[in-house]
Amino acid sequence: MNRSKVARYNRWGYIFLIPFFVVFVIFQLIPLASTIYNSFFENYRSGLSQIGPNFIGLQNYKTLLSNGDLLQYTKNTMIMWILGFVPQIIVSLLLGAWFSDPSLRLKCQRFFKTVIYLPNLIMASAFSMLFFTLFSDSGPINSILLQTGILSTRYAFMSHIWSVRGLVAMMNFIMWFGNTTILLMAGMMGIDPSLYEAAQVDGASATKIFFRITLPLLRPILIYVLITSLIGGLQMFDVPQILTNGSGDPMRSSMTLIMYLNKHLYSKNFGMAGALSVILFIITAFLSILVFRATGERESGRRHRDRVR
Amino acid sequence: MKKSFLSGMLAVMMAATLLAGCGGSAGQKETKAPETQAAETQAATEAAQSEGGAEAAEGLVGQDEGAVLNIHGWNEEFKSRVAAYYPGYEEVDANTGKIGNVTVKWTITPSTDNAYQNELDSSLPNNAAAAADDKVDMFVCDADYVVKYVQSEYTASIADLGIDEAELANQYQYTIDVGTDQNGTIKGLSWQACPGVLIYNRAIAKEVLGSDDPATVQEAVKDWDAFNATAAKLKEAGYTITSGADDLYRVFNDNASQPCVVDGKIVIDDQTKAWVDEAKMLVDGGMTNTYSLWGDEWNKGFFPNTENKPFCYFGPAWLIDFCMAADDASSIAANGGWGAVEGPMGFSWGGTWILGAADTDNPTLVGDIMRVLTTNDETMKQIVVDVNDFANNKPVMNEMAQDPNYSDAVLGGQNALPMFCAGAEKISKSNLTIYDQGYTEEIQKAMKNYFEGNATYEEALEQFYKAMIEKYPELTH
Repeated sequence: MNRSKVARYNRWGYIFLIPFFVVFVIFQLIPLASTIYNSFFENYRSGLSQIGPNFIGLQNYKTLLSNGDLLQYTKNTMIMWILGFVPQIIVSLLLGAWFSDPSLRLKCQRFFKTVIYLPNLIMASAFSMLFFTLFSDSGPINSILLQTGILSTRYAFMSHIWSVRGLVAMMNFIMWFGNTTILLMAGMMGIDPSLYEAAQVDGASATKIFFRITLPLLRPILIYVLITSLIGGLQMFDVPQILTNGSGDPMRSSMTLIMYLNKHLYSKNFGMAGALSVILFIITAFLSILVFRATGERESGRRHRDRVR
Repeated sequence: MKKSFLSGMLAVMMAATLLAGCGGSAGQKETKAPETQAAETQAATEAAQSEGGAEAAEGLVGQDEGAVLNIHGWNEEFKSRVAAYYPGYEEVDANTGKIGNVTVKWTITPSTDNAYQNELDSSLPNNAAAAADDKVDMFVCDADYVVKYVQSEYTASIADLGIDEAELANQYQYTIDVGTDQNGTIKGLSWQACPGVLIYNRAIAKEVLGSDDPATVQEAVKDWDAFNATAAKLKEAGYTITSGADDLYRVFNDNASQPCVVDGKIVIDDQTKAWVDEAKMLVDGGMTNTYSLWGDEWNKGFFPNTENKPFCYFGPAWLIDFCMAADDASSIAANGGWGAVEGPMGFSWGGTWILGAADTDNPTLVGDIMRVLTTNDETMKQIVVDVNDFANNKPVMNEMAQDPNYSDAVLGGQNALPMFCAGAEKISKSNLTIYDQGYTEEIQKAMKNYFEGNATYEEALEQFYKAMIEKYPELTH
């Protein structure tokens, strides 16, 4: 009697899960399946006429993997991500350590936390449009550099490979370091303060405390930040797209994988775009599993240790 | 019991919100129907009332045709022409107007990166099935892609719109040829002809060449050798010959001997290669910049400024009237600071063709707008007087070329029409393909890398092919 009541009551749990699954199936699962399905077809528009869909097996994948572009764009994406991520994690760690250190007694903490998060609220496209104007050939940055005598002639930021990549990385850094700081700070505040006190009693310096206590205990959060940033980095699109007007120039050295995907969507080339998406999916899944495994093993290892103890 | 009731309520509420989206729109549809019906009856009664009225769009509204005229375009040029020269057009707001009882709806999509073409490509095939008020009725096309639509089944013959071929007798033949499909049916009409000239900055000409007289300037740019020598002279004086390397593209490419795509294969014509060589030479010599066409830096030359001081631009009449910011009092154009000469090579650039969409529900009105704007002598003369466009009407243009009372204020009072008339007779647009816009954009983008020293010519060419095949997967090279 009692048990059947519980079971009947439990079914509400399933009912409450329905909306999620409906949304998931319609907006995630079906598109995923249809992308994979589409990737086996020749299917695009040539002006007013539609070519295909004709089944061509793995031809799209062959074309994509054989011409070397994919490797180049993957490289571009990773370079720009690393250029932005390294300063981002360093600055965030530093800020996080400062904000979470009670002995520093920082004033206006809330204010600064808000300010560093603000760049993330600006639309990425507006942000890169702003940078495009700032760093254009006759833009204010060039004028300042000329008038202060640092440069003798204008520097064409958009015509040099590393200045474009650098600008993209810088924008990603500015937009995301506030977010990372808040995540890391949350992690740091979760560390037992008695550990710090014990270290201080033992006479450890602030640097030592940071490297020996904070960093090791922050590892799970760091890995989470790394994987989310990596997936975000692989999907980098809006900033370089707007900054280079979709061209990824000079010589497509700042073209990311998603910008390349977007090129195919312009001719409504669903076959090639589908194949590219599937490859991207595989890369992302592979990287996620890698990190998941790395963290998962540690967890189970620890549990195992606990049991032995 | 209470708990299960509560959770039951919650579940119902959630389901309700989930379905709210569908329910809402269905309800809207139902309520909308009587409204449109009412609007239609109102329009009908109004139309009946105005039937006797003479002025309402020349009595066209009285006929039983659609209540909404949808016009698609890629910039404001055609809209400003209709607004200024079609009798009875009243502007309601930025994207709507009225002709009698017919509401005119403008859909403007920028043409960059084929966006406008993609918009047409998705709406035109559905035109037959669309509701009467949503049908595309007419649209405009640039020379770079007009053949794609002229040769398609989605455009209407001018005969079906009530225009007789004899009415086109005064137009330049090449504009009619471009608007004629593979079966000889005329579909597109243009109000302008687009012979290009070299438009030079008078102040710079005075300073560097000693005179701003067109004869002197023409002598200094009469062929490419003279042009290059003048470019070197300008560099000494701190100027560049053009605003960017792309400025010369149309001059060379319009003289190409073959289309840009032959049998599905992308072709680099000798003239296109000649452009690359000439532009590279000028960029390397510091005689021009690499600013892309239409960009902020490229446009700076239209105003007095310290950063970009180009001696000349290449372009047809529409560039002078529509792009050089003559309505801005601070621009060089507003102060009559430009002059025009033939330049080293004759060429043409662009042009806007008006096309009626097949299945339009306003054929009479569409036909009449085309007729008034492209065949009416008075209208076309007025366009030239008002905005110095070069109208597609031989007798009117020849007459105005000789008219001592006509002069172009932007060109410092010069009458450039004789030059345009001579140029217009020589235009041939037989090399147009459906790929011209993509070809033009991509080769300029790719070659910029070569001009700026980020790639060799071969590498830049390779990237151009790559970009073309992304846009047009059916092509090879």
